Amino acid sequence: MSASPIIRIRDLRKTYRTGDVEVHALRGVDLDIPRGEFVAIVGPSGSGKSTLFHILGGLTGPTAGTIHIDGKDLLGLTDAQRTEMRKSTVGFVFQKYNLLPTLTAEGNIEIARYISGRNGGWDSQFRQILDLLGISGRLHHKPRAMSGGEQQRVAIARALVNHPAILLADEPTGNLDTENSNAVLGILRDLNHRAGQTILMITHNPEAAAFADRVIRMRDGRIEA
Amino acid sequence: MINKLVIENLKHRPARTLLSVLAIGVEVTLVLTLVGLSHGMLDDFEKRSRGVGADVIIRPPGSSVFSMSTAPMSDKLVPFFASQPNVAQAIGVITHTLPGLFGSVTGIDLASFNTMSGGFRFLEGGPFRKDDDVIVDEYYARQGKHQVGKWIELANRKWQICGIVESGKMSRLFVQLPVLQDLSGNKGKLSQIYLRVNGRANVDPLVKQLRETPSLKDYQIYSLEEFTSLISINNVPWLTPFIRVIVGIAVIVGFIVVFLSMYTAVLERTREIGILKSLGASPALIVNLLARETTLLAILGSGAGIGFSYGTRWLIQTLVPASLQQAIVYEWWPIAAGIAVAGALVGALYPGFKAARQDAIQALAYE
Ligand SMILES: Nc1ncnc2c1ncn2[C@@H]1O[C@H](COP(=O)(O)OP(=O)(O)OP(=O)(O)O)[C@@H](O)[C@H]1O
Ligand SMILES: [Mg+2]
Repeated sequence: MSASPIIRIRDLRKTYRTGDVEVHALRGVDLDIPRGEFVAIVGPSGSGKSTLFHILGGLTGPTAGTIHIDGKDLLGLTDAQRTEMRKSTVGFVFQKYNLLPTLTAEGNIEIARYISGRNGGWDSQFRQILDLLGISGRLHHKPRAMSGGEQQRVAIARALVNHPAILLADEPTGNLDTENSNAVLGILRDLNHRAGQTILMITHNPEAAAFADRVIRMRDGRIEA
Repeated sequence: MINKLVIENLKHRPARTLLSVLAIGVEVTLVLTLVGLSHGMLDDFEKRSRGVGADVIIRPPGSSVFSMSTAPMSDKLVPFFASQPNVAQAIGVITHTLPGLFGSVTGIDLASFNTMSGGFRFLEGGPFRKDDDVIVDEYYARQGKHQVGKWIELANRKWQICGIVESGKMSRLFVQLPVLQDLSGNKGKLSQIYLRVNGRANVDPLVKQLRETPSLKDYQIYSLEEFTSLISINNVPWLTPFIRVIVGIAVIVGFIVVFLSMYTAVLERTREIGILKSLGASPALIVNLLARETTLLAILGSGAGIGFSYGTRWLIQTLVPASLQQAIVYEWWPIAAGIAVAGALVGALYPGFKAARQDAIQALAYE
């Protein structure tokens, strides 16, 4: 079972069409990610990193190719099934935290849980994650009352509250100073080591990439060997 | 949880929320005040009709409940009716319609009118002493700030107020019967005849008997119960379409306000909607959120509107008690609120559709 990769991508292509202009964001990506791996994805701007994440998260569909997540064929799913998969399989963390400004930290985490259709209190595993993130004392604050590092840690908590198989982090430290960056990266590594969380992280920073088990380079919509 | 998000969103933009609630409140007040006025004025009319103390009302051929054709009945009918079995008393009055909101002035024979109605209660002044005396009711006096001794103009003539009486007996303005008959060129004519009957059980047989009298064929003869039952919104020919038009305008105003409010909210929350979608929210959930927010706005607005309708009633009672009466019609609270909610939801339809279709990735890409 652990032998089969949690993500298997074959010849993935994505072409954006805006009017007459075609942008080939992905031009044939092949990628296997084993369960429990912490992978950093690096590459120049426009090389298709975010596009790859959005397809993995079901936010947009690919133009061609196949994706299996946890053995399930993503393209064979209906819209409803894909929405279902996004709720339970994938957790997103963005560069711009993307917390809902009107809700407290706790509210932001709760709404993710609500959307996934779960209710009841937080389980002990998630409470441990909160302790690890060090935001247990900030749960009743709204985003604007928190520092960038704190907001990003709340965003990570929100991404993990439904125990997704994969955590997708798109430049999670892009807006943070060195100290906060290192804290967040340390947390991601701890999550990976202690809880076996599979993590894919896009970054422009080689120091950040060094926290990962493996570094994948993208260029012009392909994975560089 | 989802309700918490809705409430937080409303609290986040208090000015927008307040204005939307106010606008929906005005919509609801418009409906409630209009309906309240219709009911209030009809209730008042009914109360004053009962205040005469009669059991049977006779009106000339061709009149209706609300239009009083001027005086085509002969006053020779009064002794005829008085001589019918079981009739205790018969009196005739003449009504002269006035331009404007005050309705009409009524010509009465004070002594016999007092016998039938139980007598005026004078708050100030007393009965007629000379031909140009007029008795007014308390609302008329209050609205015009009139006092006994003051001269007022009615039907192109000056009258002096001789007494102010408690309201509730047919009319707000009374002059002496022969004076008004002369003035309107209807010597010996009456516009209504009232009968008091001995024993309630004798009322309906008497009405039946009078209706079957060949010489009274075209006269309108009602027991008071029949007459008051005709006093309803459905019997005022222009009222129902008028209410429909005003309700329609109110709904359109509510619709536009909610449309703009929710449309700007969706534009402003492009990013928030993208976040929800990235968390796995379906389009249906996004629409659900907006629908709840809209419904909450409409319910708050309805509450405000109900409050405002007490305010309009107070204003009307204070400023124009003789011209207008507004009732608080509880049955219309849910109807008005339902109208507001429905109009608001229709207003939220397009913004909701726009939000549901919005591309999550582009929303999140905006810096
Ligand atoms: N929604 C879209 N419509 C049209 N073109 C798009 C869209 N999203 C991305 N692109 C284009 O696809 C290409 C890949 O974009 P993508 O965001 O995946 O790059 P990236 O590697 O994440 O870059 P960065 O490091 O700057 O975030 C770019 O040329 C971009 O302009
Ligand atoms: Mg990117």
